[in-house]
Amino acid sequence: MAELDTSGGGKHKGGKVRSKKASTRVDLTAMVDLAFLLITFFMLTTTLSKPKAMDLTMPDKDEQTKDQMPMAASRSMTLLLGANNKVEWFIGEPGKSQPTTEGFGKNGLRKTLIEKGREIQQSTGKFMFVLIKPSDKSNYKNVVDTIDEMNITGVQSYAIVDITPPELELLKRDGNY
Amino acid sequence: MPRVKVQRKSTSIDMTAMCDVAFLLLTFFILTAKPRTEDPVPVDIPAATTEIPIPDDNMLMLTVGQGKVFFSVDGNDVRKQTLIQMGDKYGIKFSAEQQEKFSGLPVFGVPLKQLGGFLDLDAEGRKAFQQSGIPTDTTANNELSDWIRESRRVVVSLHNRALRISIKGDNKEEYPTIKKLIGVLQKQKINKFSLITTVKAEAK
Repeated sequence: MAELDTSGGGKHKGGKVRSKKASTRVDLTAMVDLAFLLITFFMLTTTLSKPKAMDLTMPDKDEQTKDQMPMAASRSMTLLLGANNKVEWFIGEPGKSQPTTEGFGKNGLRKTLIEKGREIQQSTGKFMFVLIKPSDKSNYKNVVDTIDEMNITGVQSYAIVDITPPELELLKRDGNY
Repeated sequence: MPRVKVQRKSTSIDMTAMCDVAFLLLTFFILTAKPRTEDPVPVDIPAATTEIPIPDDNMLMLTVGQGKVFFSVDGNDVRKQTLIQMGDKYGIKFSAEQQEKFSGLPVFGVPLKQLGGFLDLDAEGRKAFQQSGIPTDTTANNELSDWIRESRRVVVSLHNRALRISIKGDNKEEYPTIKKLIGVLQKQKINKFSLITTVKAEAK
């Protein structure tokens, strides 16, 4: 393609007849083009599809464990995951304190977690314990979002537990079920 | 005045070195690339801020979408042995050809009774086949929990390692499906597992 013939042979008058030497160079441009195209393709596909793993530890369901500690209600926060991406939270036992409905995200759940965590830390001197109770109307994304908020706000102890009927009633009353 | 003669030079550049580098990189990327397993149902995985990459091998992945559960485990030898043990347990005999096909099957979700017929299909037929998911119910010995138990046993006996369990769920999946799955895992005393997520884009 882009190669000039610089061999300059073929001007012999008489004398020996020499066979013309063909150039041994091969044009590699097309090959390089192809190689770089494939490189681009593989680079983009490998870096983009790398899923991450979020570790989750569930509380042991075995009831024979002896080393269970009583947990003060004053420093336990319960999150009820309802329908339509809404979450209700309250501190302490159900029925005794009024739940608040909130959305997920930066200004919703995260703000509350940070504020309440600090309050509980100051009043009791211990860290907050969060119980996550997803209802049947919540979806998988809500659960992952909630655990993610735990990781972001640095809540050390949290657990996913089944929802109880009185808590379900709270969700129903507030129209989140 | 003599004319200044412009020396004519060849316009071709030596491409050899460039070609070498290009193919070296290409080989590297091809070898490191993992073929993406296609999910039988569209699964839109949720985003989170965790940045721990999933391990490349020794994984058991349960894909959940549209209320169905699909099963996949890494390693051809593990898959083959798991199928043999499952066949023994349920009294179904799989031919050598079916075992070979199963060992190359990255993900599946059919009841064990249909699995033989599913394996006899060719690649195109398998893609078109509507997989119904692995049966799960609330009893302690359902098919899914048997699959998990057998593959864990196989991994321990073949590689002497503990299998890592992970759940890959769809964003819109209703929680009861996930709850059932977690229940199945907890019945086998698996209290620690991973959820597969993608990296969250920066919050606006």
